[in-house]
Amino acid sequence: MSDQTDSPVENPEDAELQPEAALVEPEGPKDEAREELLSRFVEALGDDVLDSHIKVDKDLWIRVSADAWLQAGEFARNQLQAKYFGFLSAIDWMPSPFGRSMDSEVDRILDAEAEAEAEAESGTDLASGSATEYEHGFAGGETRFQVFARVAYIGGQTKNFGLTLKVDVPDDTLALSTWTKVYAGADWHERETHEMFGIDFAGHPGLRNMYLPTGFEGHPLRKDFPLLARHVKPWPGIVDVEQMPSNDPEESSPEGADS
Amino acid sequence: MTAVTDRQKLQYIAAKAADSRVNVELETEGMILNMGPQHPATHGTLRIVAKLDGEQVVAAEPIAGYMHRGYEKLTEVRTYPQITALVNRIDWLGSFANEVPFILASEQLMGIEAPPRAQWIRTLLFEMSRVANLILFLGDMGVQLGAVTPAFFAFRDREFVLDQIEAVTGGRFHPNFDRIGGLKDDLPKGWLVETKNVMNKVRSFCDEIEGLLMNAEIFATRTRGIGVIPADVAMQYGLSGANARASGIDWDLRRDAPFGFVYPELDWKVWTHPDGDSFARFWVRLQEVRESTKMIDQICDGVPGGPIMAKVPRIIKVPAGEAYVSTENPLGEMGFYVVSKGELAPFRVKIRSASFNNVSITPWLLRGVYVPDIITILASLYFILGDIDR
Repeated sequence: MSDQTDSPVENPEDAELQPEAALVEPEGPKDEAREELLSRFVEALGDDVLDSHIKVDKDLWIRVSADAWLQAGEFARNQLQAKYFGFLSAIDWMPSPFGRSMDSEVDRILDAEAEAEAEAESGTDLASGSATEYEHGFAGGETRFQVFARVAYIGGQTKNFGLTLKVDVPDDTLALSTWTKVYAGADWHERETHEMFGIDFAGHPGLRNMYLPTGFEGHPLRKDFPLLARHVKPWPGIVDVEQMPSNDPEESSPEGADS
Repeated sequence: MTAVTDRQKLQYIAAKAADSRVNVELETEGMILNMGPQHPATHGTLRIVAKLDGEQVVAAEPIAGYMHRGYEKLTEVRTYPQITALVNRIDWLGSFANEVPFILASEQLMGIEAPPRAQWIRTLLFEMSRVANLILFLGDMGVQLGAVTPAFFAFRDREFVLDQIEAVTGGRFHPNFDRIGGLKDDLPKGWLVETKNVMNKVRSFCDEIEGLLMNAEIFATRTRGIGVIPADVAMQYGLSGANARASGIDWDLRRDAPFGFVYPELDWKVWTHPDGDSFARFWVRLQEVRESTKMIDQICDGVPGGPIMAKVPRIIKVPAGEAYVSTENPLGEMGFYVVSKGELAPFRVKIRSASFNNVSITPWLLRGVYVPDIITILASLYFILGDIDR
């Protein structure tokens, strides 16, 4: 935890000021290039563009409906010429029922301050209800799982752009159409997303496990999948330095060095 | 470019022919060749299962995951400053370069920027980790082709660079030196002068390697025209870094998205190669090391004074929001997609590592090649297993 204290500036007031900056971007200059991209998307996909978000001079997020996921990929690749495939992954918007399972210096300080936020963090088990309770990020959302992908146009030193496409994964089917026909590189990314989140990609040539052993149960990156290491042993853990080997042969197996 | 596409077509036809031979002539059943997970040609624990017809590969399936450490899950239970220690270990040969995109993403979410001196030193260390990383590639490429000498030269000269990194950060491999808002410490006294000496050594190493490998006929025959990746295929698979530039894609995040760095103030060049073969990938990386040493010299001359930390709160809570920041790491584009909910720990971090995309092309690329070429192709794609598995 020494990382925290290295900062030369020690102003605890700032810590309270920072989180106040909400999702809403301040009214600033318009980002014309990204506005135009967005309008082209809306023109092509119509009502299937559900929401969007522009961070001026930085980035663009577009959320499309699940039915138009493949179409959105095709449009980005063929019409916008965003041929570079960045990545594809998913987010589980359910608040973690386990909290952070930490007992570190920072947590203790925060607990002492007894902030309302800290209480909300620990009392997250209330939020295991319906989808409306999920707090989504940029470009909104309606379902527990969202798949997002990033594609980019590379064609000059100034005109390059990247954009993040998001899609709500239907809660009942947990399935989307595959992007492998649009971007060949989506193959491995979809396999990874499939095993980590349990989302199906219809039409994918082989949704085998990428990392996990065959027969592994559960989807590790879901929020309700416990990080067992944190439950087995409190964090940051007792200092588990192995005992010095003693001369007594009967005590040769050190009991203090736990598994 | 036409030569490339013609070669690619031939390779594709060869692959089809190999497929049909297995199907039609039933007496030649083909053979499954398993390489790894501990094979000297696979840079760690990547396993390649190749289906062969004679000496030609019909289908190859890389199997990763022997080193998966679950960093994306672990980031969700750690505070932002703690995460740099994790991401250090993704690409362990260029550790400092891993920290930077994550720190930049966090800084973008918090709306703070590192002071100029910190940005210069960040760029300096970023380039030094690239040099340390790519030197090993240059030597290792020789090993894969049976020439052991370059590897010893590489290990010898890389040590000078690592010593310099250690002198600043205290760690040869895992500096854990970058902080939200700046850097942990300032440079030690006399370090800049010594660094310029080391860069001279690196440049002479590059000349040595060029003489040893690139002018050797065996090297040329083993790498020229082998493992050709056309530009459009490279884009589809998301190849980045030197692999993309070797396919003629003129794209370098250091030049095209230098947010948080001082690259626009330096005089340097992005090298590309039109061929897209193993030789091109080696050549581009060799030029990149030379270009990096030039940049480091310029930074050593130009690093300004001033503070190395911006004003940041003692307890770092990142405001809610999402940010994707990627940088041109030694292996290619490494990006962090950080989703924050205004808490101590990020809500979700997607690590877009370069090697994952770079290696995902291998099933396509290895079709139709000969068995010995698997090794050169994998070596020239240059991946680090930690960067695939994360």
